[in-house]
Amino acid sequence: MSWTSTVRDRSVEAFPPDRLLPDQQPVYVASWIYVFGVLTIASFLVVLATGSLLAIKGPMWWHTSDLGHYVNSLHLWSVELFMAFMVVHLWAKFFMAAWRGRRAMTWITGAVCFLASIGTAFTGYLVQQNLDSQWISTQAKDGLDSVGVGAYFNVMDFGQMLMWHIALLPAAIGVVILLHVLLVRRRGVVPPLPARAGGDP
Amino acid sequence: MSRAVHEESWVGGYRDYDLVKEFVAALVAVTLLTVGLAFVFGSPDVHQITLAQWSNASPSDFLATAATELDRTSGSATYGAPYTHDPSAAQKLGPITPQNWPGVTKPVDTVNDFVVMPLRAVPGDTQLTQALGTWDATSPGQRDSWAKGYDSALQTASGDPAKVASGSYGPVPVLLGQLLRLAQSGGLDGALLEQGRFYMTDYTKPLLFLADGTYLEDKARAEHLGGDQWGMMNETGNYPGQPWLWLYTFWYQVKPFSTSDNADALVWGLMMLLTAGFVLVPFLPGIRSLPRYLRVYRLIWRDYYRSVEGSRQLRS
Repeated sequence: MSWTSTVRDRSVEAFPPDRLLPDQQPVYVASWIYVFGVLTIASFLVVLATGSLLAIKGPMWWHTSDLGHYVNSLHLWSVELFMAFMVVHLWAKFFMAAWRGRRAMTWITGAVCFLASIGTAFTGYLVQQNLDSQWISTQAKDGLDSVGVGAYFNVMDFGQMLMWHIALLPAAIGVVILLHVLLVRRRGVVPPLPARAGGDP
Repeated sequence: MSRAVHEESWVGGYRDYDLVKEFVAALVAVTLLTVGLAFVFGSPDVHQITLAQWSNASPSDFLATAATELDRTSGSATYGAPYTHDPSAAQKLGPITPQNWPGVTKPVDTVNDFVVMPLRAVPGDTQLTQALGTWDATSPGQRDSWAKGYDSALQTASGDPAKVASGSYGPVPVLLGQLLRLAQSGGLDGALLEQGRFYMTDYTKPLLFLADGTYLEDKARAEHLGGDQWGMMNETGNYPGQPWLWLYTFWYQVKPFSTSDNADALVWGLMMLLTAGFVLVPFLPGIRSLPRYLRVYRLIWRDYYRSVEGSRQLRS
């Protein structure tokens, strides 16, 4: 059996079409709180789109153009929405104890996504090239330096921070979100507490 | 109509759920919300501070800072790793000093990087050339003595070089005076960034120099960005900033962190521990059981419980 056919067979086995994209959900999936997961993904796409628009003309554009400044505002508010939706989603999953039934990795990927998003937003402030960037970088360096991280992750190096902000961290978030969604599809939506099976992980 | 039957333990009913429709609706809603918020509120952009702006707006603060760079008493000169070789300057996290572990990876020599080297690039100034010649021909001990003496006298004179008491300062007054003129002309901004290169994106040195003075901090505090003003989660103007950093910022507001010389290391150590706990919630006894006691899930799944409990009542 070839590597290709092995990967294909295992993928189809793990994610048959009706599991990957189901058109039915258990009856308990009936609350507005479930919308915050998809709102988070939707706002992530808006963040990527507005960030890409900023990237087209480079980091100086939004300081010198009204249109650029508006695109920067779009980027800022899409990030605020993205983080707000994700925080509500995380709290909701905590209150549901959503790690039950072999879903610990689903929680972990969600938590890692939140942490990577904090890092991405933080590096965004560092590359704004204004007073915020100057102050935040010179203050944040002390925390990072105090634990040895600043020796490699230099918040005062604009070039390094720009690469992390527009390439490495967004890519990491994208990968983690993909894993998270696949895990949700693989394990399904966690059932209400009394109907649990398998106990706590 | 197909049905996903993988919800472990779930043997109850299913209902139609259009994921794609939900996603498209969410995408449209978020896009419209973003467009509206951006249109109504915009975004802040308080201009950056240049060394030229600083030295023109507050020459006394600039000179006082430059004097501490020359006598190696500034924040940058005494910082330790990763900028200077002084293991005793590192913050401590209990018995360990992780700040020292990587060593000096971004070496900064405040005397030469911030003062002497930029001045060497100034052409055609005989007085400056003579001052630099005197500086070079003198022992390090004598240089420190001149620099410290002038720094002290300048502080006594409230940063005004015209009021500095006469004394043995060697070429220091000339060097610092010329550095002020270079900064006011805009030449120091480029000199600190270039460091012998054409293309450059690393602002470590100009930012360290700028942060050693009080001008940047005064500007930041006026924008409620100070460390004791919850500054790490704020941004300029009345904007949300980074509220998700509230817990990290919180520790800096309370003792023992707010009064500790090792505040950064302590807060970062604590936050790394809490972050690990957050990621590993499913495996932490007690914490993972909290949702059962908080009973917020009863609100989330209220329709389900109403249905189940209604069925039981009917059966009984």
